[in-house]
Amino acid sequence: MNLYNPLKVVPPLVTGLWTTFKSTLKKPVTIQYPEVKRPVRERYKGRHELKRYDNGLEKCIGCALCAAACPADAIFVEASENIDEKRFSPGERYASTYEINMLRCIFCGYCEDACPTEAIVLGDNYELSFTDRSQAIYTREMLLDPVPAGGEPTPREVEPGSFDRSIPEMKDPA
Amino acid sequence: MTEAVENQVEEQAQPEEKLVTLTIDNIEVSVPEGTVLVDAAKKIGVDIPVFCYHPKMEPVGMCRMCLVEVGRPVFDRATGEPVLEEDGSPKIQFGPKLDTGCTVEVSEGMVVRGYTEEVVDARKEVLEFLLTSHPLDCPICDKGGECPLQNLTMRYGPGTSRFIFDEKHHAAKHVPLGEIIYLDRERCIQCARCTRFQDEVVDDPVIGFSQRGRSLEIVTFSDPGFDSYWSGNTTDICPVGALTTADFRFGARPWELKASASVCNHCPVGCNTTVNTRREAKSGGELVIKRMMPRQNEYINEIWMCDKGRFAHHYTQSEERLTQPMVRNEVGELEATSWEAALDLVAEEFKAASDGLVTLAGARLSNEDLFNIQQVTEKLGGKALQNTHMAGGELVASVGVGQGSNLSDLGEGDAILVVASDLEEEAPLYWLRIKQASERGATLVVANPRDTKLSSKANYELRYSYGEEAAAVMALLGSISPKTPGESEAVKKLSRGQEVKDAATAISEANNLVVLYGNEGTGLATSQSLADACANLLVATGHVGKANNGLIAVWDKGNTQGAYDMGLVPSEDLAADLMSAKAAYIVAADPAGDDATLAEAIKAVEEDAEKFLVVQELFLTESAKLADVVLPVQANTERQGTYTNAERRVQIFYPAVPAPVNVHADYAVAANIAERLDLKLQKVIPAQVMAQIAETVSDYAEVSYTKMAEVEEQWPIISSEDVFYGGTSYENEQGMGQQLQPASQGGESPALSFAQVADAPKVDGLLAVPVTRLYDRGSTVVPTELLSERLTPTSVVLSPDDAEKLSIEPDAEVTVKLNGTETKAQARIEAGVPQGYVLVPRSVGIALNSPSPVEIKA
Repeated sequence: MNLYNPLKVVPPLVTGLWTTFKSTLKKPVTIQYPEVKRPVRERYKGRHELKRYDNGLEKCIGCALCAAACPADAIFVEASENIDEKRFSPGERYASTYEINMLRCIFCGYCEDACPTEAIVLGDNYELSFTDRSQAIYTREMLLDPVPAGGEPTPREVEPGSFDRSIPEMKDPA
Repeated sequence: MTEAVENQVEEQAQPEEKLVTLTIDNIEVSVPEGTVLVDAAKKIGVDIPVFCYHPKMEPVGMCRMCLVEVGRPVFDRATGEPVLEEDGSPKIQFGPKLDTGCTVEVSEGMVVRGYTEEVVDARKEVLEFLLTSHPLDCPICDKGGECPLQNLTMRYGPGTSRFIFDEKHHAAKHVPLGEIIYLDRERCIQCARCTRFQDEVVDDPVIGFSQRGRSLEIVTFSDPGFDSYWSGNTTDICPVGALTTADFRFGARPWELKASASVCNHCPVGCNTTVNTRREAKSGGELVIKRMMPRQNEYINEIWMCDKGRFAHHYTQSEERLTQPMVRNEVGELEATSWEAALDLVAEEFKAASDGLVTLAGARLSNEDLFNIQQVTEKLGGKALQNTHMAGGELVASVGVGQGSNLSDLGEGDAILVVASDLEEEAPLYWLRIKQASERGATLVVANPRDTKLSSKANYELRYSYGEEAAAVMALLGSISPKTPGESEAVKKLSRGQEVKDAATAISEANNLVVLYGNEGTGLATSQSLADACANLLVATGHVGKANNGLIAVWDKGNTQGAYDMGLVPSEDLAADLMSAKAAYIVAADPAGDDATLAEAIKAVEEDAEKFLVVQELFLTESAKLADVVLPVQANTERQGTYTNAERRVQIFYPAVPAPVNVHADYAVAANIAERLDLKLQKVIPAQVMAQIAETVSDYAEVSYTKMAEVEEQWPIISSEDVFYGGTSYENEQGMGQQLQPASQGGESPALSFAQVADAPKVDGLLAVPVTRLYDRGSTVVPTELLSERLTPTSVVLSPDDAEKLSIEPDAEVTVKLNGTETKAQARIEAGVPQGYVLVPRSVGIALNSPSPVEIKA
């Protein structure tokens, strides 16, 4: 190739510069993370969330089926009994300890499948970074969704006898 | 396969039993006559699913789950010959309907089909029907994961239901049957296993069915609710999660639990148990004992255990446990120190005390501990004592029940004598097994001053006054061989009447005779003469030296027999022994807490600067508070060891949870002291201690951990594969233990001493006698909060007549003046108490070692 022949050098150069020029007019692909965040897909499997009913009661009944289903042994659950003076969930029991080790979790979603009350759901939060292994353990308080508007926080005192089912029926209990 | 199975079954069968051959699912099997189909199928590994049937109870055929097709061979009426098919095989006539496999007994040539479409459909329908009123709250049910209904639904059930969900039956879900057992009425499938167990097996009919049909529900009619020492077993055999214990309620899911084998040390039966543990965040990541379950051993506890054994394990993980060795400093306070410093000091003081060392060991310790402690004491020439008020350990070693004994073998033609024992309170499992033997036809003779729960099963009931225990046995002996010397007034009086003569005849004519003596109203001296009398009776009637014959002492503690075997003897006067000691080494005993007079003796030891007191304990007991050195030790759930039960079966328990840091087992502590006294004892592996025991103690020569860990095939089969039979009792994979041979079985003629027969002590006023209550206030029971309401209060028990004479109201507070001390106690009034006597329960706050005069003031 003769590099001194302008007819052979200039057209490719112009083609290239034209591509550059075209791109400067386009909307940029990059985003300014973390100021700007890209929405995730509908079925994205991010950090787990422990859901609440609209009235604020927790959906989790502490059955530990998620822990049993977990192939990575990332979930640890301990249950306690609900009493009317200190009620967390509508059923007979609630999870008094709920921990997920995010270093172990493989985000397979089996816990979500195993949950009989749809309490645990893989959400859209993917910002899981820690500086220490112990920070990778997400506790119940960290995983619980905030109380929805109009709901009351848990634990709460309720009228005796207002919850007599061991597992709530899957609609919002009064 | 069929042949092998046949042989096996034949081996198990008793020789006189007639075998019946039948075909189940094309497999031929021979079983003893009278076996029901479900059991016969089980023997060849064919599952006929059941809910209401339980091999330990009478069949009722209520749940209809075991429906199978049953066919019988057809016989020609004229000739009596079996009718043959064209191909020469016998013609089988099947019933028009399905039969329940749990109620149909096997017959020759029977053909059973459990796989036909009709059977499969029937099972589906039964399950579908059961599930119409079952809440399906498996995710939160304590039984979920080990639930027969769940398992059988998965295996045999329909995939869907035709039932309209909205019409589902709802019932109360949280019904406390007392504070120990909870009932979920919605989960109940009305199989009646629990009510039948309470009624048939343990004779405590405190729960039952009320209403009918869909409204049928379980109710308790006792106060307090479900008032039975056996209530926990109903939660095991419940095929659903209807009955659960308050202790384990929502504690963990069954699949999360780790299981370790153990042996209960609350009483001398030595029930095999399984300790279920789990690591818990709320306990700071520690491994925690979640529940105690029975482990099958058909020689000992079958598949049952009492509620004390089941629930009173919380002491092992109590916050009050000692974790550091402590030494009394210059200011007179106990101060934590290092093991080195503490042990050096102990060894130095022991050396200085030399033969002035007095060792007092409690019999909740294992054989290994007791051996090492005894060796340390022997090395210095000191006195090795054990903390018991029951004598006769040497006699049991000589004329105890023979090797190969099993109380379940006793039946028709055999006799059992129970003397001076409220058996259900002292050793619940012995009560159960003696009761069952009596139901199988064994002649039961009960000698006791008052009615006990066993009385209703007695063929002959002998009454005597407290203090005449030995005389009662001698009266029996006198009726058999009249030349027995030493007639006392009491013997003469008790020999009158036909009942004694009949009982004596039954005893002397029995094929096998087992004598159990307890500690109802006895002190050390009376216990010794009672044991002598029992041994004499056994020898005179020739019932020694063979299996299912001999003496069983219903000891007051778990390993008293082991302590006797290791050479520890009871003290006749503990206070004097302690006072005379230059150094006292108290292990697993709390004399100061038990008895005010002993507390004085220990204080005297403590105050004397020359004298030295070492207490080796789990807790900072009253005695430990007075000690110069306190050494912490491991609980039995944290280590390995062996216990010897009252039938002299040596059994291993295994560690279930890790021990607290820097806390060692008793045998290791004793071995460390020994090391400083130039005595080499094993301190690392308990099996090595046992090897040393085998060398030193002749009776234990054959004992080894390997042999104790051997298992046998047991019936009923309760394997991990088994999903419905025995509830959730655990299979025994860790060993049946090893029964020791009594000297008389080895051909040695027993050395008997003549029983010192005393007449009943005569007092002007009331006589206080010690009795045993299962739920006492011992340091291993009190930490279990669940039982707190059922524990025996500090109380005395009076007869109604005496109460009226003293104008004492039931449950009123009275002052008890006994042996120079005054105690406030609750006065209980029981009809069975003989007039003139006051029963004082042991270990509830009033010290009483032997019958003593008492004054009661309202």
